[in-house]
Amino acid sequence: MKTWIYIDHFKGEVQPGSWEALGLGKTFGAVSAIVFGAGMDAVTKAAFEYGADEVIVADDAALADYRAEPYASTLSALASSLTPDLILLPTTARTRELSAMCAVDLNSGVLTDISALEADGDPSTSLRIVVTRPIYEGKVLEKTVCSAKPAFVTLRSRAFPKPAPEAGRTGTLTKAETKADAKSTVEGYSATEAAVNIGDAAVIVSGGRGVSNNPSLGLDEKATAQKGFELVGDLATVLGGAVGASRAAVDGGYITYAHQVGQTGKVVAPDLYIACGISGAIQHLVGMRNAKLIVAINKDAEAPIYTQARYGVVGDLFVIVPALTEAMRRKLGK
Amino acid sequence: MKIIACIKQVPDSEAKVKAENGQVTWGEAPLVINPFDEYAVEGALQQKEANGGTVTALCVGPESARDALKHALAMGADEAILVSDPALENIDSVGAARVLAAAIVKIGGADMVMFGRQTLDNGSGLTPPQTARVLGWPMLGWVGQIKVEGGSVTVDRVLEEGRQIVKANMPAVLSIVQSIGEPRYPSFMGIRKASKATIPVWSLADLGIGAPAAVVTREAIMNPPTRETVCEIITGETPEAIADALAEKIMAEKVL
Repeated sequence: MKTWIYIDHFKGEVQPGSWEALGLGKTFGAVSAIVFGAGMDAVTKAAFEYGADEVIVADDAALADYRAEPYASTLSALASSLTPDLILLPTTARTRELSAMCAVDLNSGVLTDISALEADGDPSTSLRIVVTRPIYEGKVLEKTVCSAKPAFVTLRSRAFPKPAPEAGRTGTLTKAETKADAKSTVEGYSATEAAVNIGDAAVIVSGGRGVSNNPSLGLDEKATAQKGFELVGDLATVLGGAVGASRAAVDGGYITYAHQVGQTGKVVAPDLYIACGISGAIQHLVGMRNAKLIVAINKDAEAPIYTQARYGVVGDLFVIVPALTEAMRRKLGK
Repeated sequence: MKIIACIKQVPDSEAKVKAENGQVTWGEAPLVINPFDEYAVEGALQQKEANGGTVTALCVGPESARDALKHALAMGADEAILVSDPALENIDSVGAARVLAAAIVKIGGADMVMFGRQTLDNGSGLTPPQTARVLGWPMLGWVGQIKVEGGSVTVDRVLEEGRQIVKANMPAVLSIVQSIGEPRYPSFMGIRKASKATIPVWSLADLGIGAPAAVVTREAIMNPPTRETVCEIITGETPEAIADALAEKIMAEKVL
């Protein structure tokens, strides 16, 4: 089976799910990594070190800023001439667009956000790529097959192990031709919203409606919530993790949408998830229940969050969270 | 300016959706307009208010999807069109994009086509870029702000890495995210207008295309494995004692 891995990056910063895809690809044999952009030497080197046997690179000023159209045209042209069976990608806003457009060009299909993959049938005649993926926000799983080639498959973040890089490892470098048919221009970036990517975080500490509930502070709702998220953030910092939020907290205007876990937000699967002041509506639970270890801190002992949690504390997050931050700081020697 | 807002009908987000006898079920929960698509309708109405013009709501789905279109009309859309055909039951996302593109061409004269960034049911987010690709129009995904000037549109794309400002010529396809602003509630007048509106139904024959063959097909559905967990409630004399006991447990799980 001819397997390609698309290495997704933002201005040279590789999305870690790309390496997870490379690791999965290697289980089927030799793999080629696809690298598009401008000034891609470091990314190419990393792709070899993470296990690529070949790197097919289109390194061109026309690809400096990611735009769906030229990236899709370049990938579609390569795939039509070199006929891979399977193209694996991490799941990001870029790869959803890119694979979507290539599937139109190549009359094939895309399976997004998958957590398991099997290849059956004869690779040359009757290959079937069968995956498991969430539907209805993870309330149900489907087994879905793509019967055309190449099958585009985007992997759920952290669902597959990341291989260890091997320093100095190299392979075949192949240069690809760029299709510079951009239909838009990037005018700039505004840094008004800090970068947040809870999808890749190994530890997430989340706040819910409870962060605004502490009358003893004598503050209004928003100011209380701000204080609450400060405490949540302190714990996340000590644990080297990211800050998440429930929909209630986002709807309340306590924190930006980029932090939202669950329904209409992000589905996450960290090693440790600490839910602070989150009651656990079904839409939240489907977004975090694949975490390895779940800890809940809530005032209400009957909150549904405890049905998913391994450990719970029934109490005021404004008291428990700072105490836990201190305790973890000591245990971790920070 | 002519804006088309593409919407879909899905089970309400509160619904207890389950796999039951090989079918997806959601009990008595209502079918509603896909919540992400409400942002598309909101974005379309904002642009109509800013630049003049009309908003057409477009949906591919069964007869019942009329209700989702009526919601868009009640919010303020000028007209609504349903594409419905028994041959569309098992289409995949590329197929849906080909049907939508044919309908967008038949409506004619669109300057902008707006989608929600994904649907609550399939959740793949593939259809907006695929529709753009079929039409050959620029795709501006994950848009939180829109400014139209002459024949071009400049948007703020809300990405994981921050905000990116991108400009393209119209016609263009946009997918809209929450930053556009909360979708407006239907007004009393809007609801009355929507209840009286006639919604034309187009078949594949009306669009002049055949049923697209699906290359992505569902083989089985299942409920996610339930978590076999009993929650151990940590107690103690003082918050510090509780925190210390909990920290001990977390360390022992070796997840850090």
